[in-house]
Amino acid sequence: MESKSRIDILSLILFVAIAALGVASVYSATYELGAESILEGRSGKQLMWFGVSAAIGVIIFLLNANFFEFFSMYFYVALMLLLVVVLGIGSDINGARSWIKIGSISIQPSEFAKYGTAFAVSTLLSSIDFSWNKGKDLIKIAAVILLPMGLIILQGDTGSALVFLSFFLVFYREGLTPAIIVIGLVAVIIFVLTLMFTSMYFSGGVVVLFLIFYAFTYSNKKLLIPSLRILGIVVLFSLSVQFLFDNVLQKHQQKRIQVTLNLIEDNQGAGYNVNQSKIAIGSGGASGKGFLNGSHTKGNFIPEQETDFIFCTIGEEGGWVYSTLTIGLFMAFILRLYHLGNRAKKKFKRIFICSLASIIFFHVIVNVGMTIGLMPVIGIPLPLISYGGSSVLAFCIFILTALKMDASRDGDLVSTYA
Amino acid sequence: MNKLRSKYIYFAVVLIGFIYILRLFQIQVLDDKYVNIAERISLRKQTVYPQRGLIFDRNKKLIVYNDPVYDLMVSVPIRLKGIDTAAFCQLLQIEREEFDTRLAKAKRASYRGKSVFQKNITNLIYARVQERLFEFNGFFFEIRQDRNYKYNSAAHLLGYLGEVNRNELKAQSEVYYEQGDFNGKKGVERFYENELRGVKGEEYFYVDKFGVARGSYKEGKLDREAIDGNNLLLSIDIALQQYGEKLLDNKMGSVVAIEPQTGEILALISSPFYNPEKFNIQNRGKFYNMAINDPTKPIFNRAVSAPYPPGSTFKPVMALLGIEDGAISKNTHFGCQGYYRLGRRIIKCHGHTFSTSLQRSIASSCNTYYCNTFKNMMQLEKYKNTEAAYNSWQTYLRSFGIGNKLGIDISGEYRGWLKDAAFYDKMHGAGRWNYARIISLSFGQGELGLTPLQIANIAASIANKGYYYTPHVVRQLENMESIPEKYLVKNYTMISPDNFDPVIEGMQEVTISGTAAHIAIPGINIAGKTGTVQNPHGKNHSAYMAFAPVENPKIAIAVVVEEAGYGSAWAAPIAHLMIERYLMGDSIGPSAREYLEKKMIDSDLIPYKYKSSRNKSLYGK
Ligand SMILES: [Zn+2]
Repeated sequence: MESKSRIDILSLILFVAIAALGVASVYSATYELGAESILEGRSGKQLMWFGVSAAIGVIIFLLNANFFEFFSMYFYVALMLLLVVVLGIGSDINGARSWIKIGSISIQPSEFAKYGTAFAVSTLLSSIDFSWNKGKDLIKIAAVILLPMGLIILQGDTGSALVFLSFFLVFYREGLTPAIIVIGLVAVIIFVLTLMFTSMYFSGGVVVLFLIFYAFTYSNKKLLIPSLRILGIVVLFSLSVQFLFDNVLQKHQQKRIQVTLNLIEDNQGAGYNVNQSKIAIGSGGASGKGFLNGSHTKGNFIPEQETDFIFCTIGEEGGWVYSTLTIGLFMAFILRLYHLGNRAKKKFKRIFICSLASIIFFHVIVNVGMTIGLMPVIGIPLPLISYGGSSVLAFCIFILTALKMDASRDGDLVSTYA
Repeated sequence: MNKLRSKYIYFAVVLIGFIYILRLFQIQVLDDKYVNIAERISLRKQTVYPQRGLIFDRNKKLIVYNDPVYDLMVSVPIRLKGIDTAAFCQLLQIEREEFDTRLAKAKRASYRGKSVFQKNITNLIYARVQERLFEFNGFFFEIRQDRNYKYNSAAHLLGYLGEVNRNELKAQSEVYYEQGDFNGKKGVERFYENELRGVKGEEYFYVDKFGVARGSYKEGKLDREAIDGNNLLLSIDIALQQYGEKLLDNKMGSVVAIEPQTGEILALISSPFYNPEKFNIQNRGKFYNMAINDPTKPIFNRAVSAPYPPGSTFKPVMALLGIEDGAISKNTHFGCQGYYRLGRRIIKCHGHTFSTSLQRSIASSCNTYYCNTFKNMMQLEKYKNTEAAYNSWQTYLRSFGIGNKLGIDISGEYRGWLKDAAFYDKMHGAGRWNYARIISLSFGQGELGLTPLQIANIAASIANKGYYYTPHVVRQLENMESIPEKYLVKNYTMISPDNFDPVIEGMQEVTISGTAAHIAIPGINIAGKTGTVQNPHGKNHSAYMAFAPVENPKIAIAVVVEEAGYGSAWAAPIAHLMIERYLMGDSIGPSAREYLEKKMIDSDLIPYKYKSSRNKSLYGK
């Protein structure tokens, strides 16, 4: 089982390039006139986290190739425990109880929970007798995903919880019927229409449509029962969306969704961030205002501009050239990761690496989409670029683990697409 | 199957990446809306106001200088952070409610990321607030130049500044003014606005969301330094101006004095006047209504805007026209029995010897002489009818600048009244009027209105024997090669130079043996002509026109004192005192004419009906 460790150079280059872009952006986003060098302040801290990650990476590469697969479930359990602990002793930051303070360092366990969940998902899906048709397996897989989601929602960090939806892409890749995705899309449409027109009008409209449909097809008795059933589900879903929206979501969450759906115009409250962010990026023009010269960034018009809204700095100071470069780097990195996953001989590794790719994909779509007004304001970081120790560390460890798995693939038994 | 799905995922990644890049292309490259918005909110243009040009008199005495006023500005969008509002209100001496109202108003009125919070802050409050300004994020000062004055004098001529109004903002072909800027509203301030104002400078700053400047924009590449305005040297003699104002104090009227060889205005007085300081930016608000409601119209510049029938001061012109046109000769005598008969109508004259020469007709102001002259002129054979004769007459007058704006460099000039034949055709019917209908024009009454400036210009034209320079108050403009071209060319009257001699002789006799002989000034030969102007609304206006010294005229002057009586009683003495003051300067001894001077200064000739409504605070220091 001895193998040569050959790290994938292309992924490494993309990884380092994105990280470098990130440090520079954090430096610019937090830059004050006459302030410190890139090695100090927040960019210095960010660099330090990359340094720590590199050290951890060395350890990861020294580990046995099968270490992760063997201890997979332990990682999951340990990190879930951490999520429980944070609920008990965590400290509140920005209304979310998602931080554990150890001395001067704050750790955000939800960032690491994705890593743990990827292990659990990989273990479950790669077990020999797993089948999408077995109810027990479906419940297991649902539980593995829903447990961290639930715990993180309890922390008050809905955004981070939604990231776990990215595992559906892996499930699809691994054979889950696309009907789930179609149903999901229909559900989203019902969701939006319900919020636009309220469930009462929506349901009324659907019933009228149904009656028209029935008038044309009443001779066909066979269609009646199934279509009635679908009608019932649709109406019920709409009602429950309304109920959940009104009673479960908090005011600011409701507002965020409404602003994103253009249901309310709001350039001061929830819409303020998106508006300022669009202005910053849009004003960058084709080639940007120049490094450290973004007037909007420098004016602190955008809240959280070194974390969730870091893309504004890139868009404003680097213009379309650099925003395209950033998106391009990410897309290349994601594609390369999927490629690494697909070339893995072991199903476990394949699923793990594809989980990573899907999670990064989700983060990039949502984070960048939010800054340019294509997605709701969901507070999740742009991987490797947003400022934040937990996020940087978690993604680096995740990526390095995946690269280690790929590097040691030669010794694995051949396993084709299942 | 999974291989295919894998491909779908690759495709999804590429597709979404592509969509995002296109979306970014749309908002970053195609749509420039965001650039504009970003500049509006994160870029602040701070205006640097130049020093407005200073104004001096002909002897380089400083008259008008600048006085900074401070506007407290607030950055918009307003997001006040950590401001001790109570302390701020206390510094500005305003209530908290006032603070909130102003802030809301500032938000609505914002322009280029800023808005006025309080205008025209006094030096004292400025110093207090400036000291602690760093505590009040988002507030900053803009400094503009208001005017102040060395002399309580020449208010009408100097004019005043005011805020640019909406029409002016709209009308500018090249955008220079912004809302809240000052520009000259009246007088030379208005006429020489472009020379005096200089060029505003600009500094661009990034501001953060609290409105705090964070550094210069593009390393100051767009910044422009302010260029100070050009200083203006006026032709007026501020000492003479002040002296004239003293003489005209408590009277309604006007004095205009011109240097005939150049057309330079030596003094231009309209009374009642006001202290120019009361009309600067900082004070005008308090005094404007007071001035508007004063029935003596203290802000009305009578010298260039008020038309008066010239009365007998018009007779020298009439004589010149008569000779030139051939209606009379230099030697023509007319008999006068103390009246001129026109059918049943009688036009009275004054007591004088029966037979009148041209010279004596001026000296004794004989109405009959000019009725005859006018009649002859209207009936000259070379004209086919009265209309033609009349039109010829008024064309002669226009060559003196009567009936037209002369083109002085002060705002508000009025052209006066001079009708053409068509006017009388309309009034009486074409061909149905003759000299008899308009005979009173011959002695300066009727449908004739001249501003004091136009009367003074006639005096200057006679002094020059046939030409005048367009009267002007500019003597020199700093950084300009010359004053405007039009002030350097001679305007010729239609009268030949030779024909002036008998008229000037007559005018000289006025001050030797005529209507102004009692106030002759020993040592100075003055040519003058008194006028007593009939006024249907009250007492006659007292008028006088003169130039001196006759042999080498240095000053031509016109004086009108409203509702004062005889020309010889008020206007003539005032004119002579001014001539004496100007020609003798400080060498004037403890004047033998002290009594006359004192009488002029001390007399209050404001009609009784107006006295109770006058407000003295407009005039004093
Ligand atoms: Zn007479």
